[in-house]
Amino acid sequence: MKVGLPKWADVVLIPAINLVLAFLVSGLVVLWIGENPLRALLVIIKGSIGSAYGWGYTLYYATNFVFTGLAVAVAFHAKLFNIGGEGQATLGGLGAALVCMSIAWPHWLLAFPAAIIGAMAFGAAWAAVPAYLQARRGSHIVITTIMFNFIANALLVYLLVNVLKAPGQMAPETALFPEGTNLPTAHDMFGWIGVTFPKSPPLNVSFLVALAACVFVWLLVWRTRLGYAIRAFGWSEPAAVYAGISPFRITMITMLISGALAGLMAINTVVGEAERLLIDAVQGAGFVGIAVALMGRSHPFGVFLAALLFGVLYQGGVELEFEMPAVSREMIIVIQALVVLFTGALENMVRMPVARIFQAFGSRSA
Amino acid sequence: MAEPGETESDPAGRKGASPPAIELKGISKSFGPVQANKDIDLSVAPGTIHGIVGENGAGKSTLMSILYGFYRADQGEIFVNGERKDIPDSEAAIRAGIGMVHQHFKLVKNFSVIENIVLGAEGGRLLRPSLQRARTLLAELAKEYELNVDPDATIEELSVGHQQRVEILKALFRHADILILDEPTGVLTPAEADHLFRILRSLRDEGKTIILITHKLREIMAVTESVSVMRQGRMVATLKTAETGPEHLAELMVGRKVLLRVKKRKAEPGAKVLEADGLRVVDERGVETLKGVSFHVRKGEILGVAGVAGNGQTELLQVLGGIAEAEGALRIGDTDIPLSGFGSNALARRGFGFAHVPEDRQHLGLVMDFFAWENMAFGYQNKADYNSNALFMDNAAIRAATKSGMERFDVRPVAPGNQARNFSGGNQQKIVLAREIGSAPRLLVVGQPTRGVDIGAIEFIHQRILDLRDEGTAVLLVSVELEEILSLSDRVAVMFDGRIIGEKVTQETNERELGLLMAGVTESAA
Repeated sequence: MKVGLPKWADVVLIPAINLVLAFLVSGLVVLWIGENPLRALLVIIKGSIGSAYGWGYTLYYATNFVFTGLAVAVAFHAKLFNIGGEGQATLGGLGAALVCMSIAWPHWLLAFPAAIIGAMAFGAAWAAVPAYLQARRGSHIVITTIMFNFIANALLVYLLVNVLKAPGQMAPETALFPEGTNLPTAHDMFGWIGVTFPKSPPLNVSFLVALAACVFVWLLVWRTRLGYAIRAFGWSEPAAVYAGISPFRITMITMLISGALAGLMAINTVVGEAERLLIDAVQGAGFVGIAVALMGRSHPFGVFLAALLFGVLYQGGVELEFEMPAVSREMIIVIQALVVLFTGALENMVRMPVARIFQAFGSRSA
Repeated sequence: MAEPGETESDPAGRKGASPPAIELKGISKSFGPVQANKDIDLSVAPGTIHGIVGENGAGKSTLMSILYGFYRADQGEIFVNGERKDIPDSEAAIRAGIGMVHQHFKLVKNFSVIENIVLGAEGGRLLRPSLQRARTLLAELAKEYELNVDPDATIEELSVGHQQRVEILKALFRHADILILDEPTGVLTPAEADHLFRILRSLRDEGKTIILITHKLREIMAVTESVSVMRQGRMVATLKTAETGPEHLAELMVGRKVLLRVKKRKAEPGAKVLEADGLRVVDERGVETLKGVSFHVRKGEILGVAGVAGNGQTELLQVLGGIAEAEGALRIGDTDIPLSGFGSNALARRGFGFAHVPEDRQHLGLVMDFFAWENMAFGYQNKADYNSNALFMDNAAIRAATKSGMERFDVRPVAPGNQARNFSGGNQQKIVLAREIGSAPRLLVVGQPTRGVDIGAIEFIHQRILDLRDEGTAVLLVSVELEEILSLSDRVAVMFDGRIIGEKVTQETNERELGLLMAGVTESAA
């Protein structure tokens, strides 16, 4: 039997408990390798949000996760499990890079919207094929999107090695984009209003686009007719057909939006940070997006918070590696994985006990 | 039958008089805050047929699930033939001699009858001896109780009525002396139901005890000796059937007086509104489910479509509702309606003035996770009133429309912000009706309008459908409840095997004639 929970408990309490559990187990892991878990936690927090420098990195990572998290979240409202964020973001990078290299952009204000469109279009196109195969042929979208991640990677390697590589260079990467495409960083933007911000963090104007994307997704899902149709289809396909909603159309549109959002991540990494197309620009953010969407319950605000958390873990993890050599890179991945495990996969583990407690209290007061 | 000296098997000390086959004392069961059964006492005399009636959610199924070991009671005791029994699972129930025939059969479709019967009661590592045993027993039972089925037929080949017999045989094979039947006639033709009752009577005459759960009062009157009425988790009365009547039982079930038959004015049919010609549907497996169905519905009349479930009614509703594509022709007024491809979906149908109350409100008519107000726009999401502009919906307007719709259709509670799943079946149906009738349709297509709906709401829903007819809407009513068809419709079309096998004017026909048609017997063949 499904047990009801008050909404606040569902949205706040359960993720919080899961997070605490994840940290407890991570603490045990740290303890096991002979380090002090409390100090490790402190290093993570100080390194990620303890300074403007830390924030600059944390929010840079969070920007990636917002895009990929929203991508998964939108698809999930139609009960489509888009595992292909990685590939769609890879293609998004290709799209953005092609736009940036196509002409000598005079100013970033022109180049940026064009790069956004390029990134979204390529990301969407990469999602369109699995979407079509699902909607028309019934090939399961989880399988096809995963396969498309590999195809995207292979395609990018081929293009970088054989076509796009800067002449006379060893590394499989493009030449730097023209200067007119360089986005203002946090350092630049804070400079406009007379505030100093460290120069090195890669946080850039894309962060604002990520915030706008959150608002966009919220409006789309809960205010528009399309969002209504997407949710109806997600809850019940037969009911959607009864209401005259075309499953084919909704599957296609939802996946196009999802792919576009994943592709959008490239404006942060490829255009904003690297300023050239590298072979592994996505760095697993597509997969982190799944955890972010799960933890954020497919709600844009939740996605934002979860993305922030993962930003903290990424940046804090890097700091931890510096400060505690005993904690290796792999160890940090273990900690991140534990967070994913507890907040995503084991999300229902604490739900039952918590619901029981609520019920016990509820029936006593009734 | 206790021997005179054997007092230990008769703890109550009622020597001579046989103890009740089933006795429940103070059974209570709650699911979280919901109390499904409150302090229930029930005593069923051996060798009788005992009916249990009650509305949906009255707690009948929970009570029987406790008796059959699916749930454990929070409180209370169970006595079987005078002995206190602990029934933690259905195996224990079977050992105590209790058998259950579920509403939805629990048979392995591609196994043979005999394999299904021994399944779970093989009694050894080798199959052959138990199969042989079953075969012998089956032959005896078939002779004794008119329970004849071909032991080697696979379940898929059998009609629903025969499948039910297999369920009964399964219970008898496990030496059940007490049989519980949950809504056994829901899927049967009137003739099949009569046959079932004959079987039940002969089982009773052999000394078996039968508990019949149903919501059809007519069946209670026809076949039981005594009847218990449940309401809101309580047992409100146990009566001798001979000393009561359907009106009285209905009143006990609902807790107030109920009109079992709605008052109906004479129909004033006008021009043809809907005309269907040769509708044909072939499903994905290549099976022809509609084999050329033609009919018409006039303004201000109700055409009832009767038939045993699974004879094409579902497909007909889907075609009319724009859910499935078909061949043939469909006209509303003088306008041809596309039956496939562009302009044939459900939204286009609504554009032509169709309204569709689907058979399965929980999977089609409502999105159970949507709020009531979101459901009120369901299927009408493009309506100008519900949209602020080309992109955004006007949620405030939808909420307001929902509130007034819920008030007009007496949905309780009037809470547009509650999820559909939190309303009772009757109230869910009223939400669907409020939406569909509220669209002021030219044609209302309605399937099983009162399935899973409590008696009090049935009356209300029937009245609304008649009101709509009197206002000049054409109504096509599909129902497997013959009584419902007879009390609402002006003409009756009977479907059998994907065709309309006969059409009658309601006043000039009767249950027997329609029952024969439902079984596929036409005048020419008879």
